[in-house]
Amino acid sequence: MAFGRFSRTGAMHAVSPVEPLTLKILVAGGFGVGKTTLVSAVSEIRPLRTEERLSEPGVGVDDTGGVEGKSTTTVAMDFGRITLREDLVLYLFGTPGQDRFWFLWDELAQGSLGAVVLADTRRLADCFAAIDYFERRAIPFVVAVNCFDGADRHPVVTVRTALDLDPGVPVLLCDARDRESVKDVLVGVVEHAMSLARERRRSLSAGA
Amino acid sequence: MSDSGQDHPADLPAGFSDDPSYDDPSYPDPDHAHWFDDDAGPVVRPYAMTRGRTSHAGQHRLDLIALVVAEPAADDPVWDMTLSPEHAHILGLCRGRPQSVAELAADLDLAVGVVRVLIGDLVDEELVHVTRPVPPAELPDESILREVIDGLRAL
Repeated sequence: MAFGRFSRTGAMHAVSPVEPLTLKILVAGGFGVGKTTLVSAVSEIRPLRTEERLSEPGVGVDDTGGVEGKSTTTVAMDFGRITLREDLVLYLFGTPGQDRFWFLWDELAQGSLGAVVLADTRRLADCFAAIDYFERRAIPFVVAVNCFDGADRHPVVTVRTALDLDPGVPVLLCDARDRESVKDVLVGVVEHAMSLARERRRSLSAGA
Repeated sequence: MSDSGQDHPADLPAGFSDDPSYDDPSYPDPDHAHWFDDDAGPVVRPYAMTRGRTSHAGQHRLDLIALVVAEPAADDPVWDMTLSPEHAHILGLCRGRPQSVAELAADLDLAVGVVRVLIGDLVDEELVHVTRPVPPAELPDESILREVIDGLRAL
């Protein structure tokens, strides 16, 4: 469970602080769909900077005039922490919105409990890429439709059809500004992850 | 690499100084501007404080939610005087409670890659150890997830 010093000393020292179990949920969706708002509704939010190599498609998108030698870029993402118990901490990561930062998602997605794909009915196509990504990697996700003021309230079934979702994927309506609403969305992610894990166990034992 | 224009030089710790004022709440103050070489421009290169290292030998990439836990040896105040300000800052935060890699990067306002290298140094010094987060697929049963749901509802 640990590496570094831990393995050599053999045992934890007596006055060790509690080492919590940490889990992460990703928040994905198009630019301006409300990812930052959603994370900040349930958590103290902080920007997290990561210095990464600029992928090929970024050249030409970023204005690199005058800085042609620039091959790395600073990518900022939202990051929140929810302490559920002293020994249980949930981290939220808002994934970078632009497609050219997909390479950052792989690291974020690895070991994640699940994901929220935040959708705006006025720009549903913006979340296609995120849905594809999580489907392909079999990461449990729910689609949360952020009900913006003034946006049409499309029934869940219409959104599901428009997004061509697998019948098992939950679609929830939410208000990313509202703490209770966001809590429901996160609970939805964990419940969905739990039922997928249950199915997987069932099919494993059936196969055995 | 050139100045991306997104960095805030005033927010960046200035490198290798052993100046213990790193924990001064007003740090970094403008008086420290002389730490910068005039020719270096307004920005400390992100990997300057790792002396150019972008990865740490013999260590796999630390997960963003891996926890950095201070060892008892880290309690010795001598470290505050001998480590670089950034190393001492990380150690100081971890003494309070275990900190995730992501939290340390956010608190220090340094890029994650830089913080990973600095944490690797502290592991080498045997001042901290790093836990590996449990992937959800390796959770023994549903009880943890039930506790997450209960915890979220109780917020």
